Amino acid sequence: MSAILDVKDLQTSYGSVNVLAGVSFSVQPGETYAMVGESGSGKTTVIRAIAGLAPAQAGSVKFDGQEIRGLSERAMRPLRKDIAMMFQDPIGSLSPRVTVRNLITEPYRIQGMKEKDIDAEAKRLLALVNLPSHFADRYPYQLSGGQARRVGVARALALEPKLILADEPTAGLDVSVQGELLNLLNDLRDRLGLSMVIITHNLNVVRHIADRMGILYLGRLVEEGSTEAIFDEPRHPYTHCLLSANPEPDPDAQLERIALKGEPPSLLKRPSGCEFRERCPVASDICLQTPTWEVNNDHGLRCLTPR
Amino acid sequence: MSDTLLEIDNLSVDYETERGDLKALRDISFDVKKGEIVGIVGESGCGKSTLISSILRLTAPNTRFRQGEVRFNGDDILTKTERQMRDLRGAEISIVFQDPMQTHNPVLSIGRQLVDIQHRSNATKAQKLDVAAKMLAAVGIPDPQARLKQYPHEFSGGMRQRIAIAMALMSEPDLLIADEPTTALDATLEVQIIERLKELQSEMNCAILFISHHLGVIAELCDRVVVMYAGAVVESGDVREIFHDPKHPYTRRLIECDPGHIKTRARILPTIPGEVPDLANLPDGCIFRDRCEQATERCHQVPALEKLKEGHFAACWLNHPEEITT
Repeated sequence: MSAILDVKDLQTSYGSVNVLAGVSFSVQPGETYAMVGESGSGKTTVIRAIAGLAPAQAGSVKFDGQEIRGLSERAMRPLRKDIAMMFQDPIGSLSPRVTVRNLITEPYRIQGMKEKDIDAEAKRLLALVNLPSHFADRYPYQLSGGQARRVGVARALALEPKLILADEPTAGLDVSVQGELLNLLNDLRDRLGLSMVIITHNLNVVRHIADRMGILYLGRLVEEGSTEAIFDEPRHPYTHCLLSANPEPDPDAQLERIALKGEPPSLLKRPSGCEFRERCPVASDICLQTPTWEVNNDHGLRCLTPR
Repeated sequence: MSDTLLEIDNLSVDYETERGDLKALRDISFDVKKGEIVGIVGESGCGKSTLISSILRLTAPNTRFRQGEVRFNGDDILTKTERQMRDLRGAEISIVFQDPMQTHNPVLSIGRQLVDIQHRSNATKAQKLDVAAKMLAAVGIPDPQARLKQYPHEFSGGMRQRIAIAMALMSEPDLLIADEPTTALDATLEVQIIERLKELQSEMNCAILFISHHLGVIAELCDRVVVMYAGAVVESGDVREIFHDPKHPYTRRLIECDPGHIKTRARILPTIPGEVPDLANLPDGCIFRDRCEQATERCHQVPALEKLKEGHFAACWLNHPEEITT
């Protein structure tokens, strides 16, 4: 099977700040891939660079076999039908003076699809995300956070994309609304065969929605594998820290917390050797050497002292 | 001498709007004892923010206090003058806000802001800078002397939130209100903040009112929990009681919905069907009735928040099977 998205050694720098230092991963058709990491690890830059919204100075981004890195805006536009973006801030990503009807059908206008019946399409899209059709006349300020997210999903689905890039799709949502949105995305994937890349720092979300996941640290993947493998047998010490930092909704939970030392290093002064070395609970002298990316049984790892 | 620090007694607060009065808080009662950590959980729109602003009396102009009292150390806050409130805010009651990126003034150094906040003290500037450095060290900022000269943008999000905590604790308040202080942070930083709060709380023995919709954080940090839904307290009690033996269907559903509980991959996650009712046009009876799977005829009457056992209160008819009459 050929990948719908194949990213190889993607690099992004803003001036001398090297945000992505070579990220490689691929997504199969119908698969959901989660990219996890702390603030500042480069998660958002990854999907923005894939969508051509952030610069990518080197590497390759193949969508459905076609190289799309560095395409001009003009050359990119027809592809925007197939690659949809869901932005992080649900209300902020909806123009405040435009009705929901026009928000979710705007992609048709941009793509010049004049033959579409806007009213009927708005109704269809709202039904797809379980919103009543009278919501078409509402403005963004009349929506709750959960409803605004669903409008964002409807807009992303308007052009029947093959790939959705979603930046923190459930951040700031209450647990029951978060559940609704995840159920919706899972259902849409089953029905429409969508592929998704989801950026999040919420590990509880990843477990239920992602088939594969990658852990990003300072703009580099440090571990990657199937979601089960990462949760059941994490190998990188940083992944261990992340998984153990997940607070349990049980006051009597026995937490074996692995403390993460210090602060994330500055991207201007990347540490030598293993970049996680200074914060790692199990670092030793060997970590002064730079670890390489090793793949074993479909499980990628960048660590010299794995668990 | 009572050991109760904050008592909220039958508090009802409305917002006057064009659509009529929005009943944001209805008959809220709970208390916070000295040195205790009380968590307030509830989804968006449940009245958490109105409650905090009522305690600090930092309410919007269209706010109307309809009934009840907010007693702090025995005195009703709602009858205090603005001047008296100023002496209270930041000194005896302080707050940490949700977004650490917007808490600090971007054009003043952190040291300057930590000195400014000591305006009540008669100490010299050098002494105040000393106190500031000690507070930074106390919240785990390395090299505090040098850091005082830096500006907010030179700190990470987690550090900024710790600095906000340092500021809030500067005057050793009796009550610290923490309004979703970890929501904007990722999991590893969230844990850092919780652990720091726990340490400081046991050192200073201040009470903390911790607002969050993250059940994992509440379970880990709090002694007691107040569960709010659509402007009302539906259940309150010891943290173990609430998580292990919830007595209100809303609490039960909320805990079930937390994906942190579900350890294997679920195709369909549990949700609470329906929407929060319109607070300007309240339905009659129990506020949770139209989303509750166990609702009966009796639920057309409003259930009172009743004591079920020592330290566990709930507002649900299901706890009174003996009174079933139709």
